[in-house]
Amino acid sequence: MDTGKKTARKVTEAVSPASAARRKFINSVAAAAGGGCLLALGAGLYSKSTSALPAQALRPPGALPEADFLAACVRCGLCVRDCPYDILKLSDLGDTVATGTPYFTARKIACEMCEDIPCVKACPTGALDRELTDINQAQMGLAALVDHESCLNFLGLRCDVCYRVCPVIDKAITLETQHNPRSDRHAMLLPTVHSDHCTGCGKCEKSCVLPEAAIKVFPRALAQGALPAHYRKGWEEKARHGGSLIGEQVELPVRGFEGPTAGRSATETVLAPSAPAPAVQAPSAPAAPKTPPGINSRWKP
Amino acid sequence: MAAIPIPIKPAAEACAPARSLWQRQRWLILRRSSQLLILLAFLSGPWFGLWIAKGNLSSSLTLGVLPLTDPLLLLQTLATGHVPYAAALTGAAIVLVFYLLFGGRIFCSWVCPVNVVTDAAAWSRRRLGIKTGRVPDADTRYWLLGGTLVASALTGTLAWEWVNPVSLFHRALIFGMGGAVLVIGGIFLYDLLVASRGWCGHLCPVGAFYGLLGKTALVRVAAPNRKACDDCMDCFTVCPEPQVIRPALKKVGQESP
Repeated sequence: MDTGKKTARKVTEAVSPASAARRKFINSVAAAAGGGCLLALGAGLYSKSTSALPAQALRPPGALPEADFLAACVRCGLCVRDCPYDILKLSDLGDTVATGTPYFTARKIACEMCEDIPCVKACPTGALDRELTDINQAQMGLAALVDHESCLNFLGLRCDVCYRVCPVIDKAITLETQHNPRSDRHAMLLPTVHSDHCTGCGKCEKSCVLPEAAIKVFPRALAQGALPAHYRKGWEEKARHGGSLIGEQVELPVRGFEGPTAGRSATETVLAPSAPAPAVQAPSAPAAPKTPPGINSRWKP
Repeated sequence: MAAIPIPIKPAAEACAPARSLWQRQRWLILRRSSQLLILLAFLSGPWFGLWIAKGNLSSSLTLGVLPLTDPLLLLQTLATGHVPYAAALTGAAIVLVFYLLFGGRIFCSWVCPVNVVTDAAAWSRRRLGIKTGRVPDADTRYWLLGGTLVASALTGTLAWEWVNPVSLFHRALIFGMGGAVLVIGGIFLYDLLVASRGWCGHLCPVGAFYGLLGKTALVRVAAPNRKACDDCMDCFTVCPEPQVIRPALKKVGQESP
């Protein structure tokens, strides 16, 4: 056994010192390259797994689109230091946000929208774009009223808190009046978000009075849909050109609906056959059940 | 080539037990003080409201005027295709020039907080008499350094920054985060159980980068008094990278006993 080993070693040595050195060199290079590549690959895979921004994390104002942001941000935290309200925080290892990058969570604390935008000025790399000089143009995220079932205004109550706290009130959030089919005699004032004015500061989500906010602010990519680029809205084109671009169309009657408008063409003037003029209605029997227009909620006073 | 002479003491004095702590450990004490002061410069703001340095080792602003940026991080940013603002470029240029003048791995020994952990691991390893493990090839770090740049270029993000223990640890100390404990604990265990002095000298790409940068620096540690060496081997015992001593002290063609 011993002799066998010795012969083997002798043979190896006999090959030539140069080839032995070469073998050792190749071995060590292979090990080093393998180890290095494995570590780098691991880091790369980990970075891929967390490169999608989670729904509740909002970037500071002026942040580049997420992919570009992750290339530009050096995770120095200068924006965090210069935020006068301590709103921003750096992501910790294991958070779903890329390690060391700045973000804030609207429900915890919302952006105060400083007019001089100190966080953007602090950024040394341009991950926060200095092109943003008017904070009202910021697009940190987009609010969406996600839960129509628990929103108090949708229940017909007058909460309005998200609307009142909005720094871009009446532009980013408006109250749209709608008939309340449940009471049949009241209005619902529905908070409605407009994407061209919403900065995503998070005030509405922060202030929502419910235990779980009915209005939430998401990164724009999550909150916003997009029409296909080739879509044209007929009514807009019509207005722009001062008339239909495809000439007069045959108007077909609307069928399949029960009720006062059934069978009438869309363009036909409403004669309201079921709702006689008030002058005629007044003397008629007041107890007669009247079918109101719209959805019948079966609500009786 | 300018040089900081390190006086090599005569044998009797070097091995005498009566030397004070300062005499025995002055370089370690100075290094730890430097590391601590740099950390305090970043922490005095959030702790006492006295802002000296803002940011962290990745990129910082000192006293509102001096930008400093990690040049390796800037290289990775450039590899992704993003061209940063002048503040970051200036900061990286300042750091680059500094380490081109003052060489060796001054960043690693006097600034980086990780060697406190790896030194502790090496000390524990010595104390516990652990001899296990396999040290990776010292060239691994150069592969890893290249890998970080390639990964940045391929993924379009600063891939290495997700896990970089150097920036992770420093950021955690300054901004108070707990997750870095995982990575730093991993490095401690790695150095303790798997590879003696494994991380800083064999794997860390940041160290590899500063090592390359400092190779041709003007100011480096030298041993002009090498004739006086009496082979007491004290330096080999304390040095975390003993392989650098032999060429400095005993290189063929140099005057040595």
